[in-house]
Amino acid sequence: MKISCDIDIKHLTRVEGHGNIRIVIENGQVQEARWEVVETPRFFEAILVGKNFENAPYLCGRICGICSIGHTLASIRAVENGFGITPTLQTGRLRLLLKHMETLQSHILHIYFLAAPDYLGVGSVLPLVKSHPAVVQQALRLKLLANDICDEVGGRRMHPTRTVVGGFTMLPDRYRLGQFRQRLQASLADLGASVDLFRSFSIPDFQRETEFVSLKGEGDYPFIGGDLISTDGVVKQEQEYAAMTNEYMADYSTSKLSRLSRTSLAVGALARINNNFAGLLPKARAIAEEFGLVPVVHNPFMNVVAQLVECVQVVLESMQLIDNLLAEPWQEPRQTVEVREGIGVAAVEVPRGILYHSLRLDAAGRIVKADCVIPTSQNHANIRHDIEALALFCAHQGKTDKEIELLAEMLVRAYDPCISCSVH
Amino acid sequence: MTTKKTFLGVPVAKPKVAFFELSSCEGCQLQLLNNEATLLDFLSLVEIVRFREGRKEAGDDYEIAFVEGSITRDDEEELLREIRRRAKILVALGSCACFGGVNQLKNRFNDLEWVKKEVYGSFPIESQEVKPLSAVIKVDLEIYGCPIKKEEVERIVTALVLGEQVHHPQYPVCMECKARENICLFELGEPCLGPVTRAGCDAWCPSNRLGCWGCRGPAPEANLALLQIIMAERGISQERMIDRLECFGGFGAFVAEVKGKKEEPR
Repeated sequence: MKISCDIDIKHLTRVEGHGNIRIVIENGQVQEARWEVVETPRFFEAILVGKNFENAPYLCGRICGICSIGHTLASIRAVENGFGITPTLQTGRLRLLLKHMETLQSHILHIYFLAAPDYLGVGSVLPLVKSHPAVVQQALRLKLLANDICDEVGGRRMHPTRTVVGGFTMLPDRYRLGQFRQRLQASLADLGASVDLFRSFSIPDFQRETEFVSLKGEGDYPFIGGDLISTDGVVKQEQEYAAMTNEYMADYSTSKLSRLSRTSLAVGALARINNNFAGLLPKARAIAEEFGLVPVVHNPFMNVVAQLVECVQVVLESMQLIDNLLAEPWQEPRQTVEVREGIGVAAVEVPRGILYHSLRLDAAGRIVKADCVIPTSQNHANIRHDIEALALFCAHQGKTDKEIELLAEMLVRAYDPCISCSVH
Repeated sequence: MTTKKTFLGVPVAKPKVAFFELSSCEGCQLQLLNNEATLLDFLSLVEIVRFREGRKEAGDDYEIAFVEGSITRDDEEELLREIRRRAKILVALGSCACFGGVNQLKNRFNDLEWVKKEVYGSFPIESQEVKPLSAVIKVDLEIYGCPIKKEEVERIVTALVLGEQVHHPQYPVCMECKARENICLFELGEPCLGPVTRAGCDAWCPSNRLGCWGCRGPAPEANLALLQIIMAERGISQERMIDRLECFGGFGAFVAEVKGKKEEPR
């Protein structure tokens, strides 16, 4: 049995934003086990008040540097739902393609740059440039492809420029879309190599039962809008999001926190697969099955595997989306927007889990009230309970300080937290 | 400094570089990872001693510090002073660091307590008026943009490594937009700050048919009086013009002049 340890990590590395881990074990008894969020708030929900609707997507995208496209699209959907606008089929396809490519670039960033170094025994991706050049090259190729498509469809890979309420300011080049279709096809080889790499990883065997929340698919694997579902059997409509998130504050976090049927809940790739396994395409499902990712999986470390499965899913779906887009001539990129009073709610699956934006708009189209519920804020309480359970687990296993520290860091990283986003 | 790398046969110093972030989306640091084709070459130019977002090991011995984000809390101010003491060159990375960025939009209200309550209710939360880095310490170099443009950062870092002067364009975004032969956004009925905003982004947004929001701040000698006339002639409301001018904080002085006083919440 492990007698004692004292772990005090101030500002965990290789995650987005600022969080601390504290674990104290004395004589085999866990004295303290905490995950703390110390990020500074930026008050986006106050900043939006009084602003005209067209500011919302432009400002909200800037909540996050990694998932700016997801925030932009959620904000656009909230405004459009408030105004009663239904996007055209073409706009819907382009938005989904854009979002898929953000998911791919974000997941690849996390898998290779943030998570993989732990599994390969190094402190960052930099030593891998020499020791595993092929691995780094395949990661960069995948990320470059995803970002190139984001540039083509959204105008810019970060803080997109073409995405507006009503559609797009301009459309992608059809010839280049065709070329991207070929590069996506070719990227399946790099994703196959990524699967091989994962076979060499030893995923920690740790379980803690929790409730997983995501969008509910209707025979598909859902990403934008629709009903909400949890593995504990809760089903709600998109506009009832507040009853799915139940935000509250606690002294250990500058981020709001969430709960549903239990003391905490989890969102993200693992939650999506746990709720929508049947919607996975055969190739993606086969990879999930190979790694034992069959619902309901309660090992949070498996989120990284779930992200890899989703990479395959979004690449395959994107090829189909491009085929569908190229099968028809371009329609008008942008619908006329008629302003009206109302409340618009959007639920969008972004890389780290389900994201909600809610906007109350007045008759002039100005924002009266704004609310953004971020995936990582929904995960914080779950991370904290996981850290407590991990400390107990480690105390019983008699692990060394270094092992406990690494496991705790890997556990938080597995959630791919976007902490500045969660505090916003 | 180590001197393994050479440029035209001349050994080039490899400066020790550290990255820090205050209140921000951390997007500017991510932009550095976002140019996959040249990332490895770029990394070979410098020795990175601290990059929390991407690397576990961290050192305090650095020559160039890149600081992203704006100041919104006392601990950030302390950290910034500490970085200033250690760094030979301190670079403000992105619009939040240069002007306060979108974060400073909360300063437009005359009641900071209302801002806190609107988001956190009665839960006590620490936050001050948003400040750019230059309000607290001396900044040696500013890299503008929301987000920063990777090509521009690479050019600037290369100049720093080679000990050359760094020059920012003196002309506005309009010039770059014209050079790209774009349709003028005003012709499409869209407001645009291209006529007054500092160039260097290669008209990133207007080339995607989005009017400029002025993230890079004013060009030297920006003619804001004429901008008001153009906007009025094109039938664009003062509200929409101000939405853009006040978005990133670069035009703060002019906005204060036009608006007169701070906004009452609601």
